[in-house]
Amino acid sequence: MVRIIDRRFDSKNKSAVNRQRFFRRFKQQIRKAVADAIDGRSIRDVDNGESVSIPTKDISEPQFGLGRSGEWETVFSGNDQFAAGDEVDRPLGGAGGSGKGKASNEGESTDDFVFQLSREEFLDVFFDDLALPNLVKTQLAAIPEYKLQRAGFTSSGTPANINIVRSLRGALGRRLALGSPFAAELRDARERLEQLRLERAETDPEVEQLLEEIARLRAKIEGIPFIDKVDLRYNNRIRIPKPSTRAVMFCVMDVSGSMDEDKKATAKRFFMLLYLFLTRNYEKIEVVFIRHHTVAKEVDEEDFFHSRESGGTVVSSALELMKDIIQERYATSLWNIYGAQASDGDNWENDSPHCRELLADNILPFVQHFAYIEITPGEPQNLWREYEKLQGSHGNFAMQRIESLANIYPVFRELFKKTTA
Amino acid sequence: MKKRRSKPLPAPAEWTFELIDEYQREIARVAESFGLDTYPNQIEVITSEQMMDAYASVGMPVNYHHWSFGKHFLSTEKGYRRGQMGLAYEIVINSNPCIAYLMEENTMTMQALVIAHAAYGHNSFFKGNYLFRTWTNADAIVDYLIFARSYISQCEERYGEEEVELLLDSCHALMNVGVDRYKRPPKLSLEKEQLRQHEREEYLQSQVNDLWRTLPAHDVRPSEVQAVRFPPEPEENVLYFFEKHAPLLEPWQREVVRIVRKIAQYFFPQRQTQVMNEGWATFWHYTLLNTLYDEGLLTDSFMMEFLHSHTNVVMQPPYNVPWYSGINPYALGFAMWTDIRRICEHPTDEDRQWFPDIAGGNWCEVFDFAMRSFKDESFIAQFLSPKLMRDFKLFAVLDDDRKQKLHISAIHDEAGYKLIRQKLSDQYNIGSREPSIQVWNVDLRGDRSLTLRHHAYHRRPIGESMDEVLRHVARLWGFNVRLETQHEDGHVETLRELRFERRQPRTP
Repeated sequence: MVRIIDRRFDSKNKSAVNRQRFFRRFKQQIRKAVADAIDGRSIRDVDNGESVSIPTKDISEPQFGLGRSGEWETVFSGNDQFAAGDEVDRPLGGAGGSGKGKASNEGESTDDFVFQLSREEFLDVFFDDLALPNLVKTQLAAIPEYKLQRAGFTSSGTPANINIVRSLRGALGRRLALGSPFAAELRDARERLEQLRLERAETDPEVEQLLEEIARLRAKIEGIPFIDKVDLRYNNRIRIPKPSTRAVMFCVMDVSGSMDEDKKATAKRFFMLLYLFLTRNYEKIEVVFIRHHTVAKEVDEEDFFHSRESGGTVVSSALELMKDIIQERYATSLWNIYGAQASDGDNWENDSPHCRELLADNILPFVQHFAYIEITPGEPQNLWREYEKLQGSHGNFAMQRIESLANIYPVFRELFKKTTA
Repeated sequence: MKKRRSKPLPAPAEWTFELIDEYQREIARVAESFGLDTYPNQIEVITSEQMMDAYASVGMPVNYHHWSFGKHFLSTEKGYRRGQMGLAYEIVINSNPCIAYLMEENTMTMQALVIAHAAYGHNSFFKGNYLFRTWTNADAIVDYLIFARSYISQCEERYGEEEVELLLDSCHALMNVGVDRYKRPPKLSLEKEQLRQHEREEYLQSQVNDLWRTLPAHDVRPSEVQAVRFPPEPEENVLYFFEKHAPLLEPWQREVVRIVRKIAQYFFPQRQTQVMNEGWATFWHYTLLNTLYDEGLLTDSFMMEFLHSHTNVVMQPPYNVPWYSGINPYALGFAMWTDIRRICEHPTDEDRQWFPDIAGGNWCEVFDFAMRSFKDESFIAQFLSPKLMRDFKLFAVLDDDRKQKLHISAIHDEAGYKLIRQKLSDQYNIGSREPSIQVWNVDLRGDRSLTLRHHAYHRRPIGESMDEVLRHVARLWGFNVRLETQHEDGHVETLRELRFERRQPRTP
C-alpha cells in the first residue's frame, strides 16, 4: 500500500526559474546593490560573488492585515508574577512585547533582505551596465582553462592513475631488499646440504634439520607480499593555467578638483574591466596606481579612488612617473605593460604637447596598449586634441570620450581585436 | 508493559530503503491498531536542495512560476546555508495518495519520526477533519496544480511574462480575502476543469456585460436608481467577485484569478487548524513510537534521539524570554491531545465537572470525534482544561491603546479559566486575526467605482500595506476604488479613495 520513491536524482533546480524571475523583477535594486559593491571592492576583487541586500519593503508582498492599535487581548504563557487586575507598563516583560506580533502580519521589520549572488550572476549585472557584447561577456566570465601536465610520480592518488611499471619496480626492489638476508642464508644452507648429502645418508638427523631449515627460509621469503601499499606509484598531473606570462597594468588618473565622484566611479569601472580582461590572458598581474594633479604620486588603491585633491592639473607629471617606474621595475622583456589613463581632459594648456611627446617617445614604444579615456560631457579639451595626433601613427593607442558607462566598451573593442586576433 | 520482543529493529545512523520499509510497516501496524484512518502513503526521499525547492513553492510538488517563490527560495537557502535554521523535517501534502517527503540527510531515527508524524499523523487528520473534507479535494489537487501551471505558462507565452506577473501579483495581494469562509466550494477535477474552462470563458464574458446592460433607461427616475445595489448582498470573497464581475478583465485573466483563488481556498483549512493538526501529528508520533518501544522494537539509543527532537518541538518558552514568539502550536496542540486522553483515562473531580461528556470515556472515540469535528477556535473553546492552563501558566493581557498601562485581565485561577479559554480561542479565529473586508457596492450608475467595506473589530485598524493592496484592487477592477471602515458603533468612515490610472503604454 505504501510506496517509497527515491526522488533524489530528479530535477534539482525546480526553483531556478523562480529565482531568475526574482532577479529580473528586482533588477533595479540588484543593479544598485552591485554598483555599491563595485564601489566598495578592490579592482582585483571584481571576480567574486556578492551578497546583495534589498530593503525588505521594496520586495514585500502586501496583504490586507491589521495594524497594531486598537484593543488586543492576548494570552501569554509562563505567568510568574501577575494576578488578575494588575496594571503593568508597556511592553510586557520588557522584552519588546513581541507577543502581539502574531496578529499583525505587517512585516514591519526594517531588516534588509539579503541574498547571495553567484559569481556569474554578479558579473552578469556588472557587464549589463557596460553594454558588453555577449561574446566578450563569455570570454571574460569563462574560468581560465588549465592544462594538465605530467609532474613525476606520487605515492598517493586515484586507482586510475596507478603507474604499473613504477609500482612493480618498487615492489620488486622491496622484495629483494626484505628477502636478501633470508636468501643468503638459504643459499648457504643449500650449499651445506649438498655437502652433507655427499657424506651422509638421507635420513641423517643433520640432513633433516637442514631440510627443515631450508623449508623455513623459503616460507619466510614467500611470506613477503608480492605487492604492498608502499609500492604503489601514481602518475602525477598538475594543473597549469594556460596563460603564463606576466603583465603590469598602470592606472593613471587625474584627481584634480574637477574630477568628481561620479567621474571617478566611471573610471573605476574602466580600470576594473581592463583588469578582468588582463586576468583572462595573464597569469600574474601587477597593478600600479598613479594619481596626479600638479604632481604625480604612486599610491595604493584605497588612496587612488578615495582621497580628494584639488588644484590644477599637470598630466605630464604622471606620465613622467610612469616612465620612471617602467624603467626601474618592469623590464619590457619580462612584462607586458598596459596603460590606462582617465581624466576629464582639463590640462594646463602648455603641458599637453609635452604629454604627447612623452607618450610618443617614452611610453608607447614599450607598452602593449595604452588607452586614454576622457570623461566629460562637454567639448573635447586640449589634451584630447593633442592625443588625437598620436592616433594615426601608433597602433597600440586608443582613446575614447565617455559620457556614460555604456561608452566604455568601444575602447575595449579595440583592445580585444588586437589581442584575440 | 506488553510483551517485549527479544529483537529490536536495527537503528544505525544511516538509513536504507529496506530499513525505512521495515520501520514504516511496524508504524503502520501500530497506527492501525489505534484505528487511524489514512490515505495511502507515498513516501519520497529527496535532497535538501529539493526540500528547499518544495519549501519555496509553498510545499506543493508542482506550482506555477512566480518571483515570490524565488524570493522564498533565496531566504530559505540563505538561512539553511548559514546554519541559522534547519529545514523542517517534514513536508506533507494533503493529497491522495498522501505525499510525505523524507530528507536524505536525516538519520534513521528522524526518518521514522517523520513517517509517524506526517504519513500517519497529518495524513489521518487530512482525511478525517471536516474542514479538509469540505474545502479540499485530495484526489484532484495535484492534477489541478498541473493544470494551473500549464495554463499559466500558456498565458505567459501568449500575453507575455510581465503581463501575467502583474496579474499574479495583484491576485496574491488579495489571497487572504479570496476565500469562501462559509460557502462550500465545488469539487475540483482536472477533466471537468479543462472541459468547462473554455465554456466558462465565453459564458463569463457575457455575464460581465450585465454590468453594462444595467445602465439606466432614460425614463427611470433617479430615486429608484439609487436603491439598486450591486452586489445585492456584500461579497466576502473579493477574488471570486472579480472573477465573475470585474468588467475589464480578459477571459484568460479571469481564469488566472480563479486559479489563485482555488489555491488560496485549498490552504484555508490549514490556516484554521494549525494547533489541532500539528498537535495531532505530534501526539501520534509520540504515541506510535512509544508503543513500538514498549513492544521492544526500538532501541534505547533510538528513543534518546527521538525524545531529544520531540522535546525541542514541544517546548513552550515563557513570555519573558527574548525568543518568545507567542504560543507554540506544537506545544499547545500536543498538550491538549495528551490532556484529553488523560481526562478520558484518569479523570479528576475537576475534569468531571468541566468535561462531563468525555471524562472516563473511551479516548479513541473522543479523539476521533474531536479530530473530525473541530477547528482550532472551537477545539480550544471546547477542550482547553483548567489543568492545562495551570501547566502553561496562561494569562490574558488587555492592550488598549487608549489606556496608559496594560491590564492583566485573567490568570490561571478559578476566576480566570473561562475568560482565558475564550480569549485564546478568539486568538485562533481567522475573523479576528485578519481584517474582515467585503465587496460592498459598485456604483453602476456612476463611475463604476468599487467600494470595499471593512468591519472593524475591537477598533483594530487595517495595516499600512492597505495602500499598496488597494492599488492591486484598482488594477483588477479597472476603475476607481474606495475603502471604508464601519466602526462598531455603526458609523462609516472613508479610509481611502484611489483614482485608477490606466497603465501607461509601455515604451518600446
